[in-house]
Amino acid sequence: MDINIDKVAELARLNLKAEEKQKLARDLGAILEYVKKLDALDTSKVEPTSHVLNMENVFRADEAKPSDAAEKALEHAPQTDGPFFKVPKIVQR
Amino acid sequence: MTDLCSLTLKEAVEVAKKDGAQPILDAFSKRAALLNPKVNAFLCFEKGTDPLKALKGLSPYSLHGVPVSIKDNICIDGREVTCASKILQKHVPPYDATVITKLKNAGATLFGQCNMDEFAFGSSCETSAFGPCRNPWDLERVPGGSSGGSAASVAADMTLAALGSDTGGSIRQPAALCGVVGVKPTYGRVSRYGLIAFGSSFDQIGPLTKTVEDAAILMNILCGHDPKDSTSSPQSVPDFTQALKRDVKGLKIGLPKEYFIEGIDPEIEKSVRQAAEIYKKLGAEIKTISLPHTEHSVAVYYIVAVAEASSNLGRFDGVEYGLRVPTKDLREMYFETRDQGFGQEAKRRILLGTFVLSAGYYEAYYLKGQKVRTLIRQDFEKAFKEVDVILSPTSPTAAFKIGEKVADPIAMYLSDIFTIPANLAGIPAMSVPCGFTSGGLPIGMQLMAQPFDESTMLRTAYAFEQEAGIYKRKPKL
Repeated sequence: MDINIDKVAELARLNLKAEEKQKLARDLGAILEYVKKLDALDTSKVEPTSHVLNMENVFRADEAKPSDAAEKALEHAPQTDGPFFKVPKIVQR
Repeated sequence: MTDLCSLTLKEAVEVAKKDGAQPILDAFSKRAALLNPKVNAFLCFEKGTDPLKALKGLSPYSLHGVPVSIKDNICIDGREVTCASKILQKHVPPYDATVITKLKNAGATLFGQCNMDEFAFGSSCETSAFGPCRNPWDLERVPGGSSGGSAASVAADMTLAALGSDTGGSIRQPAALCGVVGVKPTYGRVSRYGLIAFGSSFDQIGPLTKTVEDAAILMNILCGHDPKDSTSSPQSVPDFTQALKRDVKGLKIGLPKEYFIEGIDPEIEKSVRQAAEIYKKLGAEIKTISLPHTEHSVAVYYIVAVAEASSNLGRFDGVEYGLRVPTKDLREMYFETRDQGFGQEAKRRILLGTFVLSAGYYEAYYLKGQKVRTLIRQDFEKAFKEVDVILSPTSPTAAFKIGEKVADPIAMYLSDIFTIPANLAGIPAMSVPCGFTSGGLPIGMQLMAQPFDESTMLRTAYAFEQEAGIYKRKPKL
């Protein structure tokens, strides 16, 4: 199966090196070909499984608890400015 | 004096109770330093100091300071976690995973951080960004994956026991290839809080140990509801060590005919069928059963699990933690960081998952996969009306050579064909050593049970292990 590897890589926010692009496109094609075998099964009356436990929504009270996770997280971030994560410029002129 | 490293977890706890854990920790530090350059099972290990020394006599800690090692996708407060990926290098989690809190409360020393396939994507430990882990039984062969370092370190007596994670067989397949016990609990049994996610509807943490009894001891510590994981189950947890009886009389054990197919190594089939004969001798009833959708499980898994993986790995973008490749704008930073940070298998799965979730393909692939997942669950529901436990091979082959399957992703994926169905259905499953190939490589058999019936599964495993005594053989290193 042919897939547009550039478009998928764009959606995945992933630069691919020229030398790996061809191999990855071929692998993806082969895997998608393999999973095509599922088409042989009639699933028109089957409900999808998104989760194996038969659980209802789980709620808890929204209570603040003491935590130093924010400070610790900032300590190891690539770049910070005060209590913020700092990133490169978003909009180019 | 016996070699402290060759003790089981249970025996080591007894020794530590008497003499403290320090002699044991010293012995493991020495052995790990000696063997790790060969095996590469640990990405790092700490020269342990007995955590209970200061606390001696305070409370009845069940593990008494003995060393347990941790797959490096489980967060430990203040220790670098890598997922064997370059994209997480230098990331230090600010909190403990729930299983880590539980191990600490039980008085374990957290010893090695175990090598693995990058983000648990693999069946051979070859996709690790820090070099492959090797099989202690034959250093030219893979230990299996993705919890390869956990399995290899237990097999090589470099740790008493280890934690792994299992999304499609990542505890059981390496356990089989390294000749140790590996348990994947029922989905929801063990909290996933602090486990770096791969496939959130599949992932479970579980123990890799030398014996079934050691696995039961760790299961007692690890299992239980956790408010921090909304998918953890409120089901009560029995004392699993109480289930360990050499009694399988009247137990109904199913052999699924779809698991004894062409392509399986004849020596493995023979070994598992011999195990069935032993069960029969012990008074169990062996029945041939059918799990008709088995052949579709790998295809379902490589749609649904990669879809979950691609969205779980969206968070690795260079903003908040791990690697950041400096670029002129934000958008380029995402693309470059992810290009340089992820290895080939991670990229392959991110691309595949992104594709099956993308507009125009969602129904044909992702939804279809979820529907066939239902059929596979129903196969098990029907089977467990007839039998108590299902017995099969864990892996179609013994440990393969390093490099043998790297070029062909589908061949690699098929090495999980017998382990994936349990993850799709969420049922508990485990691998137990059941023999050796003529070349001296370990063979594992898999036992699967009904949801939350780990007790019956562990009892079945224990009865075989005690009868066959295979766990006593060790690799020569």
